[in-house]
Amino acid sequence: MTSLRIFFIGGVTAYRGLINWLSPWIFIPTLVVTPIFQILLFVYIGRSAGVQSDEFFVIGNAVQYASIPCLFSMTHAIAGERYQQTLAYILVSPAGRLPLFLGRALPVVVNAWAVSVFSLIVTGLILGIDVPSSAWPAIGLVILVASFSCTGLGLICAAIGLRVRETAVLNNVIFGLLLVFTGANVPIDEFPGWMQAISNRIPLTHAIEAARDVAQGSSLGDVSGLIATEFAIGVVYTVVGYLALRVMEYASRQRASIQIA
Amino acid sequence: MNALRLIYVGWLFQFKQLSRSSFDSFLAILWPLFFATVAFFMFRQGGNPDALIYAGLGAAVMGIWTATSVAAGSALQRERWYGTLEILVAAPAHFSLVLLPIGLATACIGIYCMVTTLLWGRVLFGIDFPLDEPLAFALAVPATLLSIGALGFLMAVAFARYRTAWALGSMTEYPIWLICGFLVPLALLPNWVPPISWALAPTWGMNAIRESSTGGTPFPDIAMCIVLGAAYVTIGVLLTNSVLRAARAKASLSLT
Repeated sequence: MTSLRIFFIGGVTAYRGLINWLSPWIFIPTLVVTPIFQILLFVYIGRSAGVQSDEFFVIGNAVQYASIPCLFSMTHAIAGERYQQTLAYILVSPAGRLPLFLGRALPVVVNAWAVSVFSLIVTGLILGIDVPSSAWPAIGLVILVASFSCTGLGLICAAIGLRVRETAVLNNVIFGLLLVFTGANVPIDEFPGWMQAISNRIPLTHAIEAARDVAQGSSLGDVSGLIATEFAIGVVYTVVGYLALRVMEYASRQRASIQIA
Repeated sequence: MNALRLIYVGWLFQFKQLSRSSFDSFLAILWPLFFATVAFFMFRQGGNPDALIYAGLGAAVMGIWTATSVAAGSALQRERWYGTLEILVAAPAHFSLVLLPIGLATACIGIYCMVTTLLWGRVLFGIDFPLDEPLAFALAVPATLLSIGALGFLMAVAFARYRTAWALGSMTEYPIWLICGFLVPLALLPNWVPPISWALAPTWGMNAIRESSTGGTPFPDIAMCIVLGAAYVTIGVLLTNSVLRAARAKASLSLT
């Protein structure tokens, strides 16, 4: 029961406390307006280059943009404790680490899902993308799985953030790599082999493909393999992220570097 | 003469400071490379070599705006964090002489981005950039930098009352990339967009760089770029007076 309380109530409380910078003055420019313009940018580049359809870029970029809240919020939900001088208190508390760390991930997943779905709907309306209404629940589910798997990657960034000060730079670089490698704008088979190998092992790639297939009329069953793969990738990244957090916590104690900032 | 010296010293100081910030220099250089890479793949897939050159030059200039948008937009907020804003405002020199070098320095960081992106396109994607009019190119690049720096200065003043100016600056990144024709010809955009683009100096700077590289008539574009840059500086100076007057009257300079 205590673990559940730490997971749900602790997670939401920590999120509200640490992500207090996510006021409307930041949320609207960065998580409402910017994803819409990212999508429009690539739609028009696609038209200019004469490749793919508008729908390809709308879905690819809407799902890929879930990575911004996943990476930035997840990193800050843990590494942000250091800036507020509270990290040491968290790490000496007897609270179970699994609910403590993963509880902070839950609001991140919800936020990422909302950002992605909103930008998908708005740009879909602006550009007149024709996605059957029956496909939306399945697309919503795919985006939820994508948000979860990318939050796993965010956990790894959070762990790195326990030792590295420049988390904003780190998160931006990872966002850029995801933009290139997930196939949000370029079909994976256009990449050289080594890039395809990376693409198939990172979050979002399979979710983007699944969302595109569903929008084209595939059923949830048809893309279940892709969703399962995305979920499995998310589980692997979450486990690695959790273990990395424990290792960093241990190393911080050993080196007395918890408040390194 | 004092004003010019202040602009030069301010620019040098800010340029050195920005060059040592991993966010404002390292990331500003790397960030457009991700978008350039995606654009290169897309245009290469399209199979038109001329389009690849078009995209390569556009991606190179994108970096100048990237370096400027967030850093210049949040210039005043940064001074607030450093605790130097009130001191700078109270200094005998006009405050615009403090802000203008910040805008120029952020734009000049874009030179790193420009060179890196051109090299990236050349080495990894084999894009052979032509240089039809070297003299015009040599004029177009500084004209574009100065005018984008002037736009950054205007943004810095316009966002003076916002605590989260960096978010507003960041928000302008994609729209400017899109409507200034960096990667997309203006003719492809809806009819109501090009008039907005024409009021933005980066549009003319981009045209000038492109035409001096691939051939055309870059000089009118360079002139238009300089005229618009001068207009931004004039508006920025007038706006600085008004913003400072309001901040003094309401005791709201520190936004605390």
